[in-house]
Amino acid sequence: MRAFAVVLALAAGTAGAQEEKVQLKDAPGRDKAMQCLACHSLDYIQMNSRFLDKAGWTTSVNKMINAFGAPIAKEDVDAIATYLAENYGKPAK
Amino acid sequence: MDRRSILKAGAGTLAVLSTRPALAVVGSMAELGFSEIPDGALAEQLLHALPGKVPLIKKSYRPPNYETPVAYLRKAITPNNAFFVRWHLAAIPQVGLKDWTLAVGGESTERELKLTMDSLRQDFKPAQVTAVCQCSGNRRGLFEPHVTGVEWGVGAMGNAVWRGARLRDVLQKAGVKSDALEVVFDGADHGAIDKTPDFVKSIPADVAMDENTLIAYEMNGAPLPHWNGFPARIIVPGWTGTYWVKSVTSIKAVAKPEKGFWMSAAYRLPRGRFKTPSYKSQVTEANEPITTMVVNSLITSVKNGERVPRGKPLEIRGVAWDGGAGIAKVEVSTNGSDWTPAKLGKDLGRFSFREFAHSVPTRETGALVIMARATSTSGETQVNELIHNPAGYHHNVIQRLYVEIV
Repeated sequence: MRAFAVVLALAAGTAGAQEEKVQLKDAPGRDKAMQCLACHSLDYIQMNSRFLDKAGWTTSVNKMINAFGAPIAKEDVDAIATYLAENYGKPAK
Repeated sequence: MDRRSILKAGAGTLAVLSTRPALAVVGSMAELGFSEIPDGALAEQLLHALPGKVPLIKKSYRPPNYETPVAYLRKAITPNNAFFVRWHLAAIPQVGLKDWTLAVGGESTERELKLTMDSLRQDFKPAQVTAVCQCSGNRRGLFEPHVTGVEWGVGAMGNAVWRGARLRDVLQKAGVKSDALEVVFDGADHGAIDKTPDFVKSIPADVAMDENTLIAYEMNGAPLPHWNGFPARIIVPGWTGTYWVKSVTSIKAVAKPEKGFWMSAAYRLPRGRFKTPSYKSQVTEANEPITTMVVNSLITSVKNGERVPRGKPLEIRGVAWDGGAGIAKVEVSTNGSDWTPAKLGKDLGRFSFREFAHSVPTRETGALVIMARATSTSGETQVNELIHNPAGYHHNVIQRLYVEIV
């Protein structure tokens, strides 16, 4: 969480003003998905929508943790992937 | 045929485009006769100017990923202030010339060097090359099915005149040894958190020793913009942009393959799927690193669905490029079976964009398809169908634009 605060401070001084305009949809799980901000702006999520199902979003979140070292607790993965799949996932047919 | 049915003829996804207000669409690929980028990406992106840049198509703010609008790709040379921006990691220091040094060494050199900008400029004979810098994932957004990543349209590329020291001259001054297998680059950027793998890339020693591989400190006669790697970046003509390490701070010649994440896991292609050269020391059973660019072209003078008055010839213009063989020909077709050679523009060297132009008669009213197909001097040509791969690289599908002659 310390890293989270540091990055927000850093962002505020640079592209922060623009970046803050990017908002995630208000829905259950949003708070946990906001952890993505530790490493990148939230527009990465919109940019990769809407073509992933929950399994696809789970793969992405796990890649962030395992390959990029994202400080996200393993027990949050399901809640984040559910939020992303429901709000930024492949539309149901 | 009305405008709507022409748009539908272009691609299935165009139905989406036709329901949007035209002014709200920034960087639509359907407008260029391609399949559209993901709808979330199209809705989110906008024109935004980074300091020192004209408004570019913003894909992501942090790290900054910005695409060059097609309007700036009409000429063979891309202006510095419109050149695309691509960073992997969010911490990008503003490098000052006084603080900057370039460390050269590694186990396969006799000695270590610490170069300042003055020594890089004065101690090595300057060399110059005109070369395309294209992100490996340029056109990733056009993949069907879509794959994750930066959902680039066509503008994650540019062409510039790069001037700097030859990498081989610098390596020779450090006493590069015969056991050098790869040359490894690191830049000033790093991740927002310590655990994120630093962006470190390597190239084969023989590519590093090629006369065209540079440590560039000038781009189109000016210092490199901060966003494009000030004060110096590696130029690997023909190879995709991932190897062109920006704001380079360290160069090491090594006898073992570089094993970091950005070489061992990222920027990989399924083995043997493309005809591009293999980076032998990095090949595994499953996959291999991306290397040189595939032959490609972009029509820049026509928009999909455009209405053109009958009788006036339609000017088809654009640029073509490849991985360093050079462009042999660009052909234009209005039916997909008969191809006519376009006139090629000035030859700026085998690594450069090559302009092309062709005039198409418009004798009858109705819909007309416009296609361009580039072929390199090594005989490679653009593909009809996408060669899909998990990371979304090497999209060189022939563009299909529809115009309506009225």
